[in-house]
Amino acid sequence: MTITLSIIYLITTITFVIGLKMLGHPETAKKGNLISGVGMGLAIVATIFLHDFEVPSINYILIGVALLIGTILGYLIAMKVAMTKMPELVSLFNGFGGGSALLIGLVEFGNFSTDTTQTSTIIAAIIIGSITFTGSLIAWAKLNGSMKDIRLPNYNLINNLFILALIAFGAYIVMYDSTSLTLIYLLLAASLVYGVLFVIPIGGADMPVVISLLNSLTGIAAAITGILYDNMVMMVGGILVGSAGLILTFIMCKAMNRSLSNVIFGAFGGGDAATAAVGKTGGTIKKTTASDSAILLNYASKVVIVPGYGLAVAQAQHVIHELEELLTKKGVDVSYAIHPVAGRMPGHMNVLLAESNVSYDKLIEMDNINPQFPNTDVVLVVGANDVVNPAAHNDPSSPIYGMPILDVENAKHIIVNKRSMNAGYAGIENELFFNQKTSMLFGDAKSALTELVNELKNM
Amino acid sequence: MNELVEFISNNLQLLYILILAIFIGVELIKNVPSVLHTPLMSGANALSGVVIVGALLVMLQAKPDDYLSLGLGFVAVILGIINVVGGFVVTDRMLQMFKKKK
Repeated sequence: MTITLSIIYLITTITFVIGLKMLGHPETAKKGNLISGVGMGLAIVATIFLHDFEVPSINYILIGVALLIGTILGYLIAMKVAMTKMPELVSLFNGFGGGSALLIGLVEFGNFSTDTTQTSTIIAAIIIGSITFTGSLIAWAKLNGSMKDIRLPNYNLINNLFILALIAFGAYIVMYDSTSLTLIYLLLAASLVYGVLFVIPIGGADMPVVISLLNSLTGIAAAITGILYDNMVMMVGGILVGSAGLILTFIMCKAMNRSLSNVIFGAFGGGDAATAAVGKTGGTIKKTTASDSAILLNYASKVVIVPGYGLAVAQAQHVIHELEELLTKKGVDVSYAIHPVAGRMPGHMNVLLAESNVSYDKLIEMDNINPQFPNTDVVLVVGANDVVNPAAHNDPSSPIYGMPILDVENAKHIIVNKRSMNAGYAGIENELFFNQKTSMLFGDAKSALTELVNELKNM
Repeated sequence: MNELVEFISNNLQLLYILILAIFIGVELIKNVPSVLHTPLMSGANALSGVVIVGALLVMLQAKPDDYLSLGLGFVAVILGIINVVGGFVVTDRMLQMFKKKK
């Protein structure tokens, strides 16, 4: 490795650290992303031109073609995707990173099969790369809605035994038979299958946690391949992503008041919970109309909007912003209450609302908005369900018991917009809808809100 | 056991780097507001695309008649660069929306 290349890798590593740091603040985040992007570009160009191997020109041509194809594809996918589809896209890209790591391991297995340290690194890269590859693709398919949760009988036991067997198998190859290509292909196939088995039983609401975990694993896979090549930028960059991803995973778990093992082994959001809770609440619900709701909102002095993923699915972000502006013009104090896991990922709702030009100082986080609910005249819940479910406070048998929620039931009036009485994403009944202060405004979020806006305009 | 001791003494510098990098990663992320979790996850995902460097090394060192290595390396470079370019672009698009409105 030439000294210039080493220096460039050092610079890239610094841009990664600075970039990650800057990503942590709203004002500097965009610049931070740009800085690490430039660093990454430098590292790629430098790797291609500043090495000391003899490289045939056909290899250069192939590298150029591969980079061109991948850049165009990556750019087009990233530019075309709708903001609501962001979580599954991150998962898809992450899977590609894992796939890249597993292919590297596969190629290098033949070249480094004598040294124990190197063989174990390669085996680890293949196992982790494969798990993140298929795992992320499954997570992508699930968030996409093209795949449901599948729970095989005793899946926890099967999965745990499977991963242990996988590790033992890898260790066996390292110790006794580090030249057998047949065994390495078997290991590859088994790891790919494990990635599928690992993600299929995990409930929809827990998907973001899993994606974050898989993201962290891709970082670790990159770091492991870095050890193989004694390459500092891969090693440090990979470990940074690995540890940052892991801590982010824990932060997300904490926001949902769940432990990581509960997410992985606890299978949540399935049919059992739904059937157990049905019929327990009962009582009558109060329906309302757009014009009644408009009157309520018009004469309120403080309104809090609670947006959920249902709002985004109905593409109603722009209408809700229009409603907010209209009410503000009439002198109503309007803000948005953002639950940490609103949307499909923490912070997803902020991105969606920001896209429709909602100013981010109007987005209030849970801990700051909760004390304000008692002084709030009207809470408008749009397409959110589990994050406002009082069962989290007072029903120990509920699967979301203990999850911090938005205490909307403390407000004077609550208007809930939902398409139907179906249970939320976690599949559980919500007693808020039966509260005396609650009125239900049924209908698709976009058309219901448009109607509301029109009523308000006529007042 | 001996092998473990040998591994540690041979790779002491590496272990120091790993441990310090782990702490930096944790410290960088620990106090980030939840508003930024999605862009952060996406940005970190783009960084994990650094694995592309390994894919490039595979391609650079492959013999021109080693079609298996060249082929697998080719796919690895494509997957890696999609991760890098897509990751950074999508993060940028998300962050574009966080600009302060007056």
